[in-house]
Amino acid sequence: MFKPLLTAMTVVSAVLASPAALAEAAPDALVRQISVEVIDAAKADKAIQAGDVGRVLGLVETKVMPHVNFEVVTRSAVGVPWRTATPEQRSKLQTEFKTLLVRVYAGALSQLGDQTVTVTKTQPVAGSTQMVVQTEVRGKGEPIKLDYRLDKAAADPAWKIIDVNVGGLWLVQNYRSQFAPELSKGGIDGLIATLVERNKTAAK
Amino acid sequence: MKPLLALRWALLATLVALLGACATVPPGGTGNTAAAGAAPAAAVAIDPWESFNRKVYAFNDMIDEAVLKPVATAYRDVVPQIVRTGVNNVLGNIGDIWSAANHLLQGKLQDGLEMGMRVATNTFFGLGGLLDPATGLGLTRRSEDFGQTLGRWGVGTGPYLVLPFLGPSTVRDSAGLVVDRSANSSILPLSSNEQYGVSALELLSVRAGLLGATQLLDQVALDRYSFLRDAYLARRRDAVYDGAAPMEVFEDDAAEPPAKPVPASAPASAPK
Repeated sequence: MFKPLLTAMTVVSAVLASPAALAEAAPDALVRQISVEVIDAAKADKAIQAGDVGRVLGLVETKVMPHVNFEVVTRSAVGVPWRTATPEQRSKLQTEFKTLLVRVYAGALSQLGDQTVTVTKTQPVAGSTQMVVQTEVRGKGEPIKLDYRLDKAAADPAWKIIDVNVGGLWLVQNYRSQFAPELSKGGIDGLIATLVERNKTAAK
Repeated sequence: MKPLLALRWALLATLVALLGACATVPPGGTGNTAAAGAAPAAAVAIDPWESFNRKVYAFNDMIDEAVLKPVATAYRDVVPQIVRTGVNNVLGNIGDIWSAANHLLQGKLQDGLEMGMRVATNTFFGLGGLLDPATGLGLTRRSEDFGQTLGRWGVGTGPYLVLPFLGPSTVRDSAGLVVDRSANSSILPLSSNEQYGVSALELLSVRAGLLGATQLLDQVALDRYSFLRDAYLARRRDAVYDGAAPMEVFEDDAAEPPAKPVPASAPASAPK
């Protein structure tokens, strides 16, 4: 007699709870979820282990990209010149930079063996709305530190990744010093050309 | 004799390093010398010898392409994985002794004891270090070298320095390396010729492990020299702080003013 009621209540509460839980998933829970999904998918996929960039691109596109604010990523790497870039230039920059970063990811994924990821610490960044989630990838050798910097955009309540730290290096921020000489040499178009070129040679 | 010459070089290098560190490092310590994510101007400050360093880098690259990389690739392809792992384990186990000592020198008693336990476990239950049962028991390797110890003691990195054959370093880490080498050679009672053999094997083993990483560097860096430099400095900074380095600012100077400010409605998520 109670059972249908109980079931109904469970369903209702689950329906009520899940969208909210998804939208406001805590940064650490989000990072944990992405890590597990990506590692499991990579482990089950021989093509990824062989370094198949196309496959990794697909995996990143479905599992990771929805949780990355790629506009902020590209904008911060480009810096001040971003302001003067046209919408076309901006979208071209984003596409090319994404291809480049996915390559980093593809390389890392192809080297994944029997690893587990643990979230070691989650801390707010003083003076900002950002959070940093620190994880450790443990396998055979020394553990690898992999940290994520997340932020919320004013318009979007979901946490988005804006930078990744591999072994101490904030990857996106590091590209500022990679991009700066290109920007001062050839401006936005020069940078785009360099990125296209780099992606072309790397694809061979 | 060669060991004596090496010792003289060691002393000289240490002296130079200490002078360099004193002259270039502000009293704040290592905190602001790392170039990770820093503006290009800061990268120049940490790398005043860039034109010299680039030459050494080009030389190393040439040697690497011609000798080290092919040999390491052959080593990886010819020697079975199980043997390579064994080599790695034995060398790692010897290195762990010095890591334990460095933990203790930094006043990290627990880490030092754990690394000591690790060495004991692997030496006695892992056939003299050939196997690595300690990792399975939760005694994870946490490597520490003397450069890190110096950093912990407050010695700044000094300028970035690319060493011939050995690659990225700083003045501080080069001084640390000299101490590391002599400590490691005193752990193993070997003749100097045997010592060179061990060093060569060590280099080979490390290079083979990095084959994937250097290929990646080729693909993702616009300028490999500065990418490697920034990665090295960031990793060393992180290592000195044992992974808990002070948070760096996320530079986003092109953000449109209205897009960035924290809305008043959003609760500040910083429980202090």
